[in-house]
Amino acid sequence: MIRTTVKKIYMALIFIFLYAPIGTLIVLSFNASRTRAKWGGFTLKWYTALLENREIMQALWNTLLIALLSSLTAVVIGTVACIAIQGMSRQKRAIFMGITNIPMLNADIVTGISLMLLFISLGLKFGLGTILLAHITFNIPYVILSVMPRIKQLNPSIYEAALDLGATPLRAFFQVVLPDLLPGILSGFLMAFTMSLDDFIITHFTKGAGVDTLSTKIYTEVKKGIKPEMYALSTLIFVTVLILLMLVNRTPEEKRIPDK
Amino acid sequence: MKNHKLSRQMMAAPYTAWIILFIVVPLGMVFYYGLTDKTGAFTLENVLDIMSAEHAKALWYALGLSLISTLICFLLAYPLAMILADREGNAKLNRHSLILLIFILPMWMNFLLRTLAWQTLLEKTGVINRILEFFHLPSLQIINTPYAIILGMVYNFLPFMVLPIYNALVKIDPNVISAAQDLGANRLQTFLRITFPLSLGGVISGITMVFIPALTTFVISKLLGGSKILLIGNVIEEEFTLASNWHLGSGLSIVLMLFIILNMVVSAIFDKEGEGNML
Repeated sequence: MIRTTVKKIYMALIFIFLYAPIGTLIVLSFNASRTRAKWGGFTLKWYTALLENREIMQALWNTLLIALLSSLTAVVIGTVACIAIQGMSRQKRAIFMGITNIPMLNADIVTGISLMLLFISLGLKFGLGTILLAHITFNIPYVILSVMPRIKQLNPSIYEAALDLGATPLRAFFQVVLPDLLPGILSGFLMAFTMSLDDFIITHFTKGAGVDTLSTKIYTEVKKGIKPEMYALSTLIFVTVLILLMLVNRTPEEKRIPDK
Repeated sequence: MKNHKLSRQMMAAPYTAWIILFIVVPLGMVFYYGLTDKTGAFTLENVLDIMSAEHAKALWYALGLSLISTLICFLLAYPLAMILADREGNAKLNRHSLILLIFILPMWMNFLLRTLAWQTLLEKTGVINRILEFFHLPSLQIINTPYAIILGMVYNFLPFMVLPIYNALVKIDPNVISAAQDLGANRLQTFLRITFPLSLGGVISGITMVFIPALTTFVISKLLGGSKILLIGNVIEEEFTLASNWHLGSGLSIVLMLFIILNMVVSAIFDKEGEGNML
């Protein structure tokens, strides 16, 4: 009895630690005073101001666009790469997996500057394109990491059976192999999307002047003071994702219990 | 599947091209810039500049703060991972959604904003001090000190410690624990001799996941440490953005990578199976 109480208190403390800043930001989004240091009464004006703030909306659009495009591209490249890597010899596979893990193990700042040096020497124009290339690069390992275990579980005979029964390799892949990989692909996609959305460091080094994601926009605002509209926006994003997660989690979880 | 070998090779082509162009070549360029001077001649000067008083101090600071943060993360995360992994205790708690709550959800609130929120919480007249004042407790003056940086590191990277340990703990066969108890081991013995050694892989990868980003951060120190405390990450960032001395910045990055490689070697020694994965 005491043990479970201690456990619950411990969990509660960790949750308070992790969510105190988030709670603070949500409270600040309703703060009528422009400075975050004092409470000036309840207001919704930052939410309406947000819709008219074109810079923030542009940054939001860039962030979402990059997150979506980079995670989708990473899913395609990563899944194909997984299938290819699985068919390699042991030694070759080790080399490939080793290189794949570099962006995850390496420091973000080093990944960021290394890509910056590459883009400069290639003469690329810094902007959405360079951010996108960088995000795809650091997203691919997350996709591979969640798809690879699924590929290993795959029974190759099923694919061969489909071929024997007259399916073209492409059809066999899409109808037989892909459905088995889908859960891994989906969690890889979500992971990549979230990582891209929350990234600051790599974007900081690969973005061009005048092109901002939410992260880089916030960073430039730090000195001048964050616009309260930003708190309103992040509250909206947070609440939306919270509701989505609750909806997604509720339905399959109830079905899953009887299987166990 | 031999007859598909050719098509498999073709499937590997795009990824091979991608990792060569976007991983191998860029890293090669960091080494090229780090090991040459402005005329393109080979030099070790940029790397050895880490020994200069100012840079050595930034490196020591970063090493110290990140080691302390990693230790605190470990001490906080292990019990949490054990609670999450406990099969009996959590029948009612939905483990999956708890993990989502701890890891994925906070990431949707921008990491810079979350770190900045600690300013509001820690300030002289901030939320925490008002609560302390209410209870007539001494106030907490840690904003713009190394303590605030440690707090920011622990706050940001704690989830990366919990997840691998949790994954290692749930993989432990419950029969092994039962066997130990049947053979007369008490709770402590079971933990020290069975549970902990079996979770070591997770601990090692958790340490990597926290130590490297903490060692190399420049954001947390900038946001919570005021502008007085420079970590090695801040030095490198400024070489690239303000001073535009890419050679020096790359040279110092090579030093950072040496620490990363050292960390990987240590991990490989402890975790031969490669079991403790992040996901």
